[in-house]
Amino acid sequence: MSTSSEIYSLRVNGTDQHVKDAWIGESLLYVLRERLGFMGSKGACEQGECGSCTVLINNDAVCSCLVMAASAIDTDIITVEGLAPSESPNDIQQAFVAEGAVQCGFCTPGLIVAVHHLLETNSSPSEIEVKEALSGNICRCTGYGRIFSAVQLVISQREKSIS
Amino acid sequence: MTIFSPRSLTEALQVLNEHPAARLLAGGTDTMVEINFRHFEPSDIISLRHVQELQVFETLSTGYRLGAAIPYKQFENGSFSHVSGALSEASRTVGSPQIRATGTIGGNLGTCSPAGDTLPVLSALDAQIELSSINGIRMLSIHDFMLGVKRNARVSNEIITAIHIPKINGFQGYAKVGVRNAMVISIASACLIHNMDKSHIALALGAVGPTIIRCRTAEKWLTQNADLSTSTALTTEVIEEFGRLAASEALPITDHRSTAEYRKHAVGVLAQRLLKRAMK
Repeated sequence: MSTSSEIYSLRVNGTDQHVKDAWIGESLLYVLRERLGFMGSKGACEQGECGSCTVLINNDAVCSCLVMAASAIDTDIITVEGLAPSESPNDIQQAFVAEGAVQCGFCTPGLIVAVHHLLETNSSPSEIEVKEALSGNICRCTGYGRIFSAVQLVISQREKSIS
Repeated sequence: MTIFSPRSLTEALQVLNEHPAARLLAGGTDTMVEINFRHFEPSDIISLRHVQELQVFETLSTGYRLGAAIPYKQFENGSFSHVSGALSEASRTVGSPQIRATGTIGGNLGTCSPAGDTLPVLSALDAQIELSSINGIRMLSIHDFMLGVKRNARVSNEIITAIHIPKINGFQGYAKVGVRNAMVISIASACLIHNMDKSHIALALGAVGPTIIRCRTAEKWLTQNADLSTSTALTTEVIEEFGRLAASEALPITDHRSTAEYRKHAVGVLAQRLLKRAMK
């Protein structure tokens, strides 16, 4: 199967999206933002250092800037927009607001996806596991303390709702 | 420019044979940086994402066969973390969780950077690299595979299909120096493998030469000056001399990450530290 500059499709947040008129070497981040209008994922470093472009591909948290979009055909891509309906933030997003974990906000979508992925794979991570899971997401405002507080808040809220 | 997404190894090898100038794309964590920064404009791309054969892990009688497109995370703490303690430790130091979810061990070999984190491990384990083409399979020692800075012995119609590593009875460890724990390219690294059955300790150094350096002099000296059939504590003199010999075998350069002098010092310290962990 080959793809040149013709149309290819990506499955984003459960819906097939046709990518038109794109250069085939474009990153998934670029295609999501500039071709498909998913502006949630942010582009900062474009070399996998900052994590602000984190999305899920087949349930793995990855840097969308390091994925060639056309290679991601036949995968399930979930962006931050796919985690909760617009205007209806999920518990992670609410906890970030409640704990003041958002300052400039640029890193926030990537962090939300990374936290979502962590808690999907490990519902009661230790402090060090949280830090390691978020080590690929850089925040230059908060100093991380409030972000870790937000994660702890989600963990304790989810534990309460189960018991 | 065309991207090919073959669905089997046979199809991938045929496409590569027809397009030998194509770039093989595994995890993409190296190639996409080059493309994003316009350092590289690919002609054709062969995406290996959907080639299931490259994801296969096998236990052999003497060791393991690791599919080349298995991502680091599977060796770090996933399904295959048991195959090699050193490979597990090295994988955990690669980039970030996001990078480790996509980056592959075959990609580390393909890029063949002297700072590639899994490469000192593969060197110290005397790994065999399996290269496939439409003409068949050839096996190459890791020592013959790595040729220099980002140069390896893969020819244009070959795909790195697997890495064969032995099962080792004894300590294995990986250590790395960088500016912080996460998201760091190593300034200096070392892997030590203690094979008690063969009374041998192997030491390989990363980021201190054009490619990975095996410390043959330090290894030989240690064999002559210590009983390596068991794990028993060594004298400070033996440990220090081992570190000194290891450092003398390094061929570091000064660049934007560190100085040659510091790197030489650092690998000596790492060698001593790993030897102490192995022999106690």
